[in-house]
Amino acid sequence: MAGGDDLKLLGAWASPFVTRVKIALALKGLSFEYVEEDLRNKSELLLASNPVQKKVPVLIHNGKPICESHIILQYIDEAFSGTGPSLLPTEPHDRAVARFWATYIDDKSMRGKTEEEKTEGIKKTLGAVETLEGALRDCSKGEGLFFGGDSMGLIDVSLGSLLSWLKATEVMSGAKIFDPIKTPLLAAWIERFSEFDVAKAALPDVDRLVEFSKKMKQAAAAAAAAASEN
Amino acid sequence: MPSEKQEEAAVRVLGRWPSPYVIRVLIALNLKGVEHEMVAEPKGNKSELLLASNPVHKKIPVLIHNGRPISESLVILHTSTSAWASQAPAILPSDPHARAAERFWAQYVDDKFPTAIRVLRGRVVGDKEEAAAEVSAALWQLEGAFVECGGGKGYFGSDGVGYLDIALGSHVGWIRAVERINGVSLLDAAKVPRLAAWADRLCAHPAVVDVLPDVDRFIEFSVQNDGALAKPVDEASK
Repeated sequence: MAGGDDLKLLGAWASPFVTRVKIALALKGLSFEYVEEDLRNKSELLLASNPVQKKVPVLIHNGKPICESHIILQYIDEAFSGTGPSLLPTEPHDRAVARFWATYIDDKSMRGKTEEEKTEGIKKTLGAVETLEGALRDCSKGEGLFFGGDSMGLIDVSLGSLLSWLKATEVMSGAKIFDPIKTPLLAAWIERFSEFDVAKAALPDVDRLVEFSKKMKQAAAAAAAAASEN
Repeated sequence: MPSEKQEEAAVRVLGRWPSPYVIRVLIALNLKGVEHEMVAEPKGNKSELLLASNPVHKKIPVLIHNGRPISESLVILHTSTSAWASQAPAILPSDPHARAAERFWAQYVDDKFPTAIRVLRGRVVGDKEEAAAEVSAALWQLEGAFVECGGGKGYFGSDGVGYLDIALGSHVGWIRAVERINGVSLLDAAKVPRLAAWADRLCAHPAVVDVLPDVDRFIEFSVQNDGALAKPVDEASK
């Protein structure tokens, strides 16, 4: 790590967007201080660093904050371009393709709060997964190793950061999102991605996420019941 | 009728004029001095070229550069920076932190404006007062961002018109149109003085003036295409 670079990441363990930044920082070989935020009681630092959205992740580099996970990833790639592998390819058209798929993944990963939103969300996800199988075939030139071609890149990190949540959703809904018969390249990609050290270190435990999700559902149901009693 | 097949332009834009996302791409290409051909996408059925070029979203704009398509207006803006890097101006600043700030606000623009403007146009049903309040609040935040981004030369970009100028500027036509349609003031010189001046300055810029037509054309388009809701309230039949 370059001398004098102070990196602090404000995050929450369950957030896949925080996981995304952790994986990117690890890939680049950058050390950082991690601050776990209580999202029900946000710190002064978080509110001062991201006054517009008040959300995690926020990366603070030498005191200056950067917000939004995909913007943070591009920042890391540019500010530390001499350190570790590049997240984006060099050729302009390939970069455009990488940005396109990263945007697509983000659009499809909005989670719903209500049951109807969640069911719709799962349908959208299943449709998206088939599209991503095609993208993986194209980007990896048929081999399916990485969206980034020869090595992990922006799209791999963007999608990989969602894995624990996608697996937790499979557990909770019973839907099989990554079917090895329908989407063989993706199913293999997931196995491979999950084995990387950077992934193992950053991705939250699936069982812990399932418990967390159940608690959130119960709290939401209780709040709705209380509200309807007034 | 047989005609000689013309050599395809190296740079083509699939789109339709009132789309702010298409306007973005045209401004960027004009700024870079890149010759390009606009291929108007017909109303109604999507063309074969569009379906082939953007099979995932089937939406405009699509930039076709040397036969290769790129979709998503903000991705295309990035491509304009890297594909024509040797041609000034750079659309994105060189400093990574300044880039991150412009990207953040461009995303903010696309989160806050499109739906509210569609409501104010009468294109979708919604609470117009709420939509106007959302646009005003967002403009107020952007007034602050204008100072932060260092509008030293009168633009968000430190060297002149840049990424965020284009991202927000592309919505100015519709913002001004819905102001007139609804009788509200959004880019108000009293509330957001810097942005109001910036909007005038941007609309007069050589790279923008031909692709961001006069507000009357936007209003005319809205009256013709957005239906009865675009008429003044006392004329509505329901």
